Amino acid sequence: MALLEVNNLKIEFPSRHGVAVAVEDVSFEVNPGEILGLVGESGAGKSTIGNAIIDLLSPPGRVAGGDVFLKGEKISSLPASRIRQIRGAEIGFIFQDPMTSLNPLFTVEEQLMETILANLDVTQESAKQKALNMLEQVGIPEPEIRIKQYPHQFSGGMRQRVGIAIALSADPALIIADEPTTALDVSIQDQILQLIRSLCKKRQVGCILVTHDMGVIANITDRVAVMYQGNLVESGTTEQILQRPEHPYTKSLISAVPRADVKLKRFPLVNYIEKASVGFSQIDVSNHWLGQTSASDVSSVAKGEDLLRVEHVNLRFITKNALLAKNRRYIQASDDVSFTVKKGETFGLVGESGSGKSTIARVIAGIYPPESGRIFFADQEISAMSERERRPIRRQIQMVFQNPYSSMNPRMRVQDIIAEPIYFHKLAGSRKEVEMIVGDLLDHVGLGRRAGIKFPHEFSGGQRQRISIARALATRPQLLICDEPTSALDVSVQAQILNLLKDLQDELGLTMLFISHDLPVIRQMCDRVSVMRYGKILEQNETEALFISPQHDYTKNLLALIPHMDHLSREGLMVQQG
Amino acid sequence: MNSEQSLWGRISNSNVFYHFVRDKVAFISASILLLIILAAIFAPLLTSHNPNDLATLDVMDGEIPPVWTEEGDERFLLGTDDQGRDILSAILYGARVSLLIGICAVVLQCLLGVIIGLVAGYAGGRVDSLLMRLADIQLSFSSLMLAIIVLAFFRAFVGGDLYSQFAMVILIFVIGVAEWPQYARTIRACVLAEKEKEYVQAAQVMGFTTVRIMFRHILPNCLSPIFVISTVQIANAIISEAALSFLGLGMPVTQPSLGSLIKSGFDYLQSGQWWITIIPGLFLIVLVLVINLLGDWLRDVLNPKLYKG
Repeated sequence: MALLEVNNLKIEFPSRHGVAVAVEDVSFEVNPGEILGLVGESGAGKSTIGNAIIDLLSPPGRVAGGDVFLKGEKISSLPASRIRQIRGAEIGFIFQDPMTSLNPLFTVEEQLMETILANLDVTQESAKQKALNMLEQVGIPEPEIRIKQYPHQFSGGMRQRVGIAIALSADPALIIADEPTTALDVSIQDQILQLIRSLCKKRQVGCILVTHDMGVIANITDRVAVMYQGNLVESGTTEQILQRPEHPYTKSLISAVPRADVKLKRFPLVNYIEKASVGFSQIDVSNHWLGQTSASDVSSVAKGEDLLRVEHVNLRFITKNALLAKNRRYIQASDDVSFTVKKGETFGLVGESGSGKSTIARVIAGIYPPESGRIFFADQEISAMSERERRPIRRQIQMVFQNPYSSMNPRMRVQDIIAEPIYFHKLAGSRKEVEMIVGDLLDHVGLGRRAGIKFPHEFSGGQRQRISIARALATRPQLLICDEPTSALDVSVQAQILNLLKDLQDELGLTMLFISHDLPVIRQMCDRVSVMRYGKILEQNETEALFISPQHDYTKNLLALIPHMDHLSREGLMVQQG
Repeated sequence: MNSEQSLWGRISNSNVFYHFVRDKVAFISASILLLIILAAIFAPLLTSHNPNDLATLDVMDGEIPPVWTEEGDERFLLGTDDQGRDILSAILYGARVSLLIGICAVVLQCLLGVIIGLVAGYAGGRVDSLLMRLADIQLSFSSLMLAIIVLAFFRAFVGGDLYSQFAMVILIFVIGVAEWPQYARTIRACVLAEKEKEYVQAAQVMGFTTVRIMFRHILPNCLSPIFVISTVQIANAIISEAALSFLGLGMPVTQPSLGSLIKSGFDYLQSGQWWITIIPGLFLIVLVLVINLLGDWLRDVLNPKLYKG
């Protein structure tokens, strides 16, 4: 008998605009000691299933049909008091964000013991012993000392370990892990995943791992269920799904995963997901406004020569202000950073969060002034210019931001967002011409000119990122800075956006500064790359050379942490390499 | 999702409108407020005589109680005061004055507060510290006390005649200047939050001027709190004006506001002519209450965290 059985589950969200079906007719089972990966993209309903199993659907969501059985007992539609006993005692839950899932006012010991005493019939003393034992099992060093500490004294990875300890502390038969590593850095992700896997195997606990990340799936799951728009489209053993996917959605999902082992010209087979980029007329850049230059452009630089030169840039941020200079505390966000970007190439900056890569981008874009050091754009020193002198140059350095939900003014229509820089810099003559250009830009990025009259909130994350790119192109920049342009997006949408950026670069001869924490993405996008940590550049090389023979230990370490996906389906790749 | 709707289509489909027609309190408050405003605007058409025009008054009609009492006169629905002024007419004309002062004072507060708040929030650093300390100092005075001092000085300098001519302008100015920190603080907090969003950085990267970023990009995103404070502040301004008039520092008896009406009847309260002061008082309470209820409702609806689908 399976540990958990879900039969024909249907979940609805009624609202004033009608009933939205979030999950439709989903069935699966989990066996003891087995890890089932529930994979899909945002909005596919995967987290909703996890919440429905423990009856924690956020209102107004409700289970509209189907049953859930745990160890043969039907747990859907049980009274609230019985469900509460099952949560914790029978089913543990690991949350996505370890920064907010622990209560900051209680010590780790208090939080562990609360769970144990609430669910198990044990004495205070043995609960204390068990709490200590749990911390040891999840690999926290010096558990006797650490157990007395508060959550803020733990790092993100350590907190997630505590979260796992709490989930397992009442000896549940099943744990549900909802994106347990999404909020963590790559180097910690791997440790946490291995921990979950080894604990599940050792204690024979079943696990539902909800994730959007194929790398996580490939690493630790035994079986996979693929969700698409509320439906379960395919399920089977991990090997089977990854190597021989049947459903076209699974195929495109797998082919959209950026690969660290080979560089592809474009991502294949990614058109299944969002029906963009098809059916809209493409403009011929060679005789369009977009391909022309303005009188105020800086003297053009030949392809292959230096377009951007960053020399010894330093920038500190004040973390603790004080009247006297000697009492101030700083964090060195950029420490003697130098590099050059050649016309027409894509230069990558890679590093973990806090490495200073976004700071450097903002210094180049002119949002922060550097404390010392010089920046040259087409041999003009822009870091020494006055605001007035710099304005025509600002136009030629544009940026695509990380968060598509906050990078556009929510009170403006899309056409006004894109037209504003054209008007402001007087790049086109008449109002009619501007309207034409805005429409062409929207067509070209795959949204269609009719998108112009809508507001940003009417679009999905990927579509907004297209608007963002159109806005950046509206000033006809020479240098495009992409600051983690796809890290907030689903992997298939990411593939589409990266394809779009590559196409635009080919057509317009754009130079790109591409910033990412994701090494496989860097490999797909960049010609040369710098590895950053703590505001310093550690290593700089041609991308291929860096991936094949990394020099610095940190780079080697980063590369070793990329999930191995050698057994992913290679369908669609052959054409590209031939 | 259809964006090609008419303006009315967009309004009737919006969340605010959806909640509005389903909220009885808000709907009734808005209806009463609209009624009062229309009655105030069209006061000359609704009343039999202009209560401020001495030529139309007859002292023989003085101190007639409301119609529902025994001695009532059907010409005067709510009775008359000692001068023979119809209370209903006086209230409608008084509401005109009170609303005008309330709204104009809030417009002035809003202009001052929004500009100072935007500059303080966006510029940050010393400018921010300086402007916000100014706001603190301003707030540490009771605004009523400040108004009393300014009005008393002004009256002493220019004399009674000139004072009654400019009383309204001065009241607007005093109430407007006394309350700007409310706006400035709220706007500053909103600007600090919006400033960190990437669309502001995007505008900086585009090379837009500071003034353009402040007014075209940040300000429209701070409108919700402005609406909410404005309703509450209009109610406050009307009360402040009424209080000043009651103390004899506001509108002169020749062009009475609601506050001066309440004051003029106050002396007769002891001798049984209650209607002269109670009825304008009730009217003032209803007016302020509905504005405050609307403000409360607006605050709930414009807070996106409270949307329940």
